[in-house]
Amino acid sequence: MIRPAHRFPLLSRLLHWTMAVLVLAMLFIGIGMVSTVSSRYAQLVAIHKSIGIVILVLVAIRLINRLLNPPPPLPADLPWWQVVAAKASHWVLYLLMFALPLVGWAMLSAAGAPIVVFGAVHLPPILPHDVAMFAVLRAAHTVLALLLFATFLAHLGAALFHALIRRDEVLPSMV
Amino acid sequence: MPDDETDHAAPDGGTPDTATLLKRNPLQLIAIGVVLAATAGAFAYTGGFLTPQRLSPNHFVDAMQTAAGGPHEGFRRAHAKGICVAGHFVGTLQGRALSSAAVFASGQPVSVSGRLAESAPDPFAKDSSEAVRSMALRLQPAGAPEWRMAINDTPGLHVSTPQAFYDNVVASTPDPATGKPDPAKMQAFLAQHPETVAFLARMKARVLASGFATDSYNSVDGFIFVAPNGARRLVRWTMQAEEPFATLPAAERAAKPANYMFDDLLARVAKGPIKWRMIATLAQPGDPNRAAEVWPANRTHVDMGELTIDHVESEATGNCQDINFDPLTLPPGVAPSDDPIPFARSAVYSVSFRRRTEEAKAPSAVANKSAGARS
Repeated sequence: MIRPAHRFPLLSRLLHWTMAVLVLAMLFIGIGMVSTVSSRYAQLVAIHKSIGIVILVLVAIRLINRLLNPPPPLPADLPWWQVVAAKASHWVLYLLMFALPLVGWAMLSAAGAPIVVFGAVHLPPILPHDVAMFAVLRAAHTVLALLLFATFLAHLGAALFHALIRRDEVLPSMV
Repeated sequence: MPDDETDHAAPDGGTPDTATLLKRNPLQLIAIGVVLAATAGAFAYTGGFLTPQRLSPNHFVDAMQTAAGGPHEGFRRAHAKGICVAGHFVGTLQGRALSSAAVFASGQPVSVSGRLAESAPDPFAKDSSEAVRSMALRLQPAGAPEWRMAINDTPGLHVSTPQAFYDNVVASTPDPATGKPDPAKMQAFLAQHPETVAFLARMKARVLASGFATDSYNSVDGFIFVAPNGARRLVRWTMQAEEPFATLPAAERAAKPANYMFDDLLARVAKGPIKWRMIATLAQPGDPNRAAEVWPANRTHVDMGELTIDHVESEATGNCQDINFDPLTLPPGVAPSDDPIPFARSAVYSVSFRRRTEEAKAPSAVANKSAGARS
């Protein structure tokens, strides 16, 4: 493998791979839990809420880290449209990693449901009890989650394109 | 075009343009396609999109809506006709020994709100039917997690598994040609489900209480009470009416006005609070934790506390109308058991809640009424 001249700092790489696992797990748990009536349902919902709040905290740390430690430059010979796609998709990923946990928290608040994470920690509602608002946020949660999954697929495809076809420094800079 | 600048094959051995790269690496391109397709496929599989036969909460609610002749928009998909109630609960010392739930901890009154309802999916059904009656409650101790329950006046449930519940709904769905359920389908279901036959016999044998106040409500499902010392007991419970039992002959019931049970409740609460005792039944090892099976009558009963309802009001924005009485909203000290039904109820209630909150709702059958002073 190419030894990258520019590598992401260790904290950036740790945050990236930890969140990669959590976000992917979250997407699968989310789509799985809303489609089951089995005894796994309650456990999945509980885990979903807990991971959601962990992601919210991690993405805040990650944004600060990114501003303090800017990512290494993209390959200089990358076509302009791939540069645009790379930058735009990263900001979409950041936006969705903030939006999904916040919409999830807000929608449970609007439903008047208790918000319990890690089995015992009760989070306060961030919106008043309003089921019309719940309906909007609940629909938004699904749409945003599907958008996140689509953006994740594009991100994965682009990473593999850099690693297997361009064989440039992009993937080595993150491992 | 800017990419004319950057996208050329590099003559000096740098990276060629993207189209050339893709042409030179067909196997890598296929490999990437396979990885992406497999990931998307796994996601679709997890969401049940590749296995339409797998039971999902959406299937349940669809089937229930079809059986009801279509959705009643804005209303609960089951137990659609109801009224909001409020009051308090006071736990006992014995209750405290059995469960560390905050509602039993202090012996002080705990704020309660809830809903009394009829099980029919039609929110304007006449009260004269023999519909199941239900009591849904939120017990909200100050500064501690709340407890929601949704309990019925039936001797257990007619089925013990989510699949059987679904199959029963499908078997009871009216045939579009005749407008009536196909008796052969129900016969076939009953032949497979002796527990349902036994349940129907118990239902036939019971004497129907005259109304909400004289009725008693059972947890139907088994739950685990966790004692302060960590001991876990499988229990069911009943909200047992303190009101003297009364019944109404079928003929008298049929002659009553459409909303008589709700009118009676309003009139009764106007005269004073109604009370129920919460009685837990402790399972013995080997007792079936299946909702359609009853436990032997000699099991130990524990008086957990007293429920007082002193206020009744019509459904409206912000009150019980807008609450999902999810039976798995449990406080520390109460836990789900291996009874599979509450998990399915939780999942299905969530879909019902989601659908009705997206719809415009007409006023409830019993609208703009209230009785009793709020305590």
